[in-house]
Amino acid sequence: MVSIRVHELCKRFGNFVAVDNISFQAKEGELVALLGPSGSGKSTILRIIAGLEKPDKGETHLLGKDVTDISSRKRQVGFVFQHYALFKHMTVEKNVAFGLEILKKDKFIIKQKVKDLINLVNLKGYENHFPSQLSGGQRQRVALARALAPEPKIMLLDEPFGSLDAKVRDNLANWIRNLHNKINVTSLFVTHDQNEAIKIADKIVAINRGKVEQIGTAKEVYEYPKSKFVASFIGNTNVIVGRYENNKIIIEKMGGELNIQATPPVRKGSIVLLVRPEDILLSPRKERKCPLQGDVREIYYQGSVYEIHIMVGNLQIKAYEEKNRFQDKKITKGQKIYIGFLKTKIFNAPEGSENIRQKLSQLGYLE
Amino acid sequence: MNNTQFNRTRRRKRKYRLPETLLISAVVIWFSCLILVPFFGIIKEIISKNWKQTIASLTTSTVIHAFTLTVFICIIVAIINTIFGIIMAQVLTRQKFKGKLILESLLDLPFAISPVVIGFMLIILFGPHGWLGKFFTHLNIKITYALPGMIIATLFVTLPFVSKEIIPVLRQLGTEQEDAARVLGANNWQIFWKITLPTIKWGLGYGLTLTIARSIGEFGAVLVVSGNILNKTQSATLHIHDQFTDLNYLGAFSASLVLIFISVLVIHIIQFIYKEKEG
Repeated sequence: MVSIRVHELCKRFGNFVAVDNISFQAKEGELVALLGPSGSGKSTILRIIAGLEKPDKGETHLLGKDVTDISSRKRQVGFVFQHYALFKHMTVEKNVAFGLEILKKDKFIIKQKVKDLINLVNLKGYENHFPSQLSGGQRQRVALARALAPEPKIMLLDEPFGSLDAKVRDNLANWIRNLHNKINVTSLFVTHDQNEAIKIADKIVAINRGKVEQIGTAKEVYEYPKSKFVASFIGNTNVIVGRYENNKIIIEKMGGELNIQATPPVRKGSIVLLVRPEDILLSPRKERKCPLQGDVREIYYQGSVYEIHIMVGNLQIKAYEEKNRFQDKKITKGQKIYIGFLKTKIFNAPEGSENIRQKLSQLGYLE
Repeated sequence: MNNTQFNRTRRRKRKYRLPETLLISAVVIWFSCLILVPFFGIIKEIISKNWKQTIASLTTSTVIHAFTLTVFICIIVAIINTIFGIIMAQVLTRQKFKGKLILESLLDLPFAISPVVIGFMLIILFGPHGWLGKFFTHLNIKITYALPGMIIATLFVTLPFVSKEIIPVLRQLGTEQEDAARVLGANNWQIFWKITLPTIKWGLGYGLTLTIARSIGEFGAVLVVSGNILNKTQSATLHIHDQFTDLNYLGAFSASLVLIFISVLVIHIIQFIYKEKEG
C-alpha cells in the first residue's frame, strides 16, 4: 500500500522555483530519503507534505486520501524539525505530552504514554528538564518522542542529524533505522549527506534544483546514476572534460586517448566523463587497460583505503586503492603511474570549454 | 546558588583603579543631582507640613475625582493596548503586505511628537469644527473636552509600548514552534495560548508596565484635549498643575507624592519583570 504519494508538485517563492513538478511515492513501512544539496527544494517538499506550505500546483495523498486542501493540523503526520523546534517554556515531559493533550486524551493514558516514549528515546530522568538544559542529541530525541506521541502513521524528518556532531550523528542514524523497523510507520527524511541516505534509506529520491533526478534503492542510485548530477553528488566523482571522435575519447588536458566504446546516446563532440575514485585502475607499467601516464602527488591514509591524488597532464585525478592492493603495488609519492578507467559515465556537454565549465558549476560539480 | 555567592564575594573584593573610580563617581553625582535631590526635596517639603492638612488636601472630592479619572483612563488604555499591541506585533512580524515598512517606522511617531502637538492634532480632528468632530457631534457623542478624547490622547502616546516590546521576542521565536504545534493538531487559538503567549509574557508585562506608567503621568496631550474641567475632565497630573498655578503648594506636593509613590511601585514591577526576562 502507498502511504505517501505526491503528484506534480510545484512551488515558487517569488521568482525562485523551489519545487518543479515533483512526483514520487513511499510505500507503507518504507524509510525514504530525499537527498539533494542545500537549496534544492527538498525541505519545501517536506513542508508541503506536512501542510505547512501550500503548493502552487499538484496533489498530496496520504494513506490513500487526497489531503491537498486539508489543514496540517488534521493530516496526522509526525514532523521533526531541523532545529527541533522544541517548546522552550515547557519541560521534556510537557513537550512530549503536547500532542496528546491537544487530542484531549485521558490524563492517565497521557501519563503512561509519555513515560513509555521517554523510555523509548533513552531520556529517563530528564522528564523535568527544559530544552535549554539538554544536549543537541537529547533535544533531537525529545523532538522525535514528541512527534511520535500521537502515533502518526507517517513521519517526516527535516535534516534530522543536520546539526549534530559526527559521532552522535552516526549513532542516531542507526538508532532511527532500528526505531523505524520496530514501530509501524512510513518515514520520509530530508538530508544532504549521501552517506546517511545510502546507509539507512530503503529508497532514495535524489533532488536537484527542485526536480527529481532519480528514484531508486541506494545501490541503484550509487551504481547506476541516471544523470550527471546524481553521479557527482552521490559519492566522490572525478569530472573530466574531453572530446569524442572516431570512436575514441580524446582528453587533451591529460594528453591522451582512450579506446572506449561510447554507447549510442553519446554524440560526436565535447563530452564529460564521470569516474568514481574506486573505479580508477592503477598500474606501475603501461598496459592496454592503463594508457594514461601521471605522477603521484599526494597519498592520504583513509583507514581501509588510500586516497591517491594523481596529476595526469594538467588534470588532478582522485583515486582510491584498497589497503592490501596499495601495499602490493608499493605506490609512493612522486612516482610515475599509469591509470585507466574501469567504469565511466559519459555524457555530451555543450561545445566550448567555458560552456562546459558553466554548465558543470550550475549542476554543482565545480567549486 | 554557590556560583552566585562566589561571584558576589569576588565582586566585593575587587579593587577599583583611579579612572574607574572617577567615572563611577561622576555617574553617581550626575544621577543624584538630576534625580535623587529633587525627589528628596519634595519628600522633605511634605514632611515639614502638617500631616492632617496633607491628608485633608488629598481627600477633597476634586482630588478623589481626579485620581479616579486617572486610574480609570489607565485601566481602559492598558486593556486596549494589550489587545491591539499583541495583534499589531503579530501582524508586523508574521504578515507580509505593502506599506509594512512604513507602518513599522511610523510606530515610533508617538515617541517623537511632542504630546502638546498630539493634543492639538486631536482637537483639530475631533473638535466641534473638525471633520470627524462634526460626525460625532451629529451622533451626539462628545470627544474633545470629554473622557473619550482623554482616552484617545493617552492611547496615542502609549501606542508603541506593548508592540515594541513584543516584536523582537516574536522575531526571535520564529514560526518553527508554532508550526510544530500546528502539526501536532493545535488550532490558532491553542497555539496562541500555549505557545505564543507564554513566550511573550515578560515582554508583554514590561510593555504594559511602561504603558501604565506613561498613562498615569501623561500631561501635555491630555491638557489640550480635556480642557481641564474641574470634577469632570481633570486628571491627577492636571490637578497638580492647577494647584501649582494657584500657588496651593501643599495640594500640589501631596498629590505629587501619591504619583511618585505609584511610579516607584511601577519601577519595582519593571525591575522584577526585567530580571525575569533576562534570567
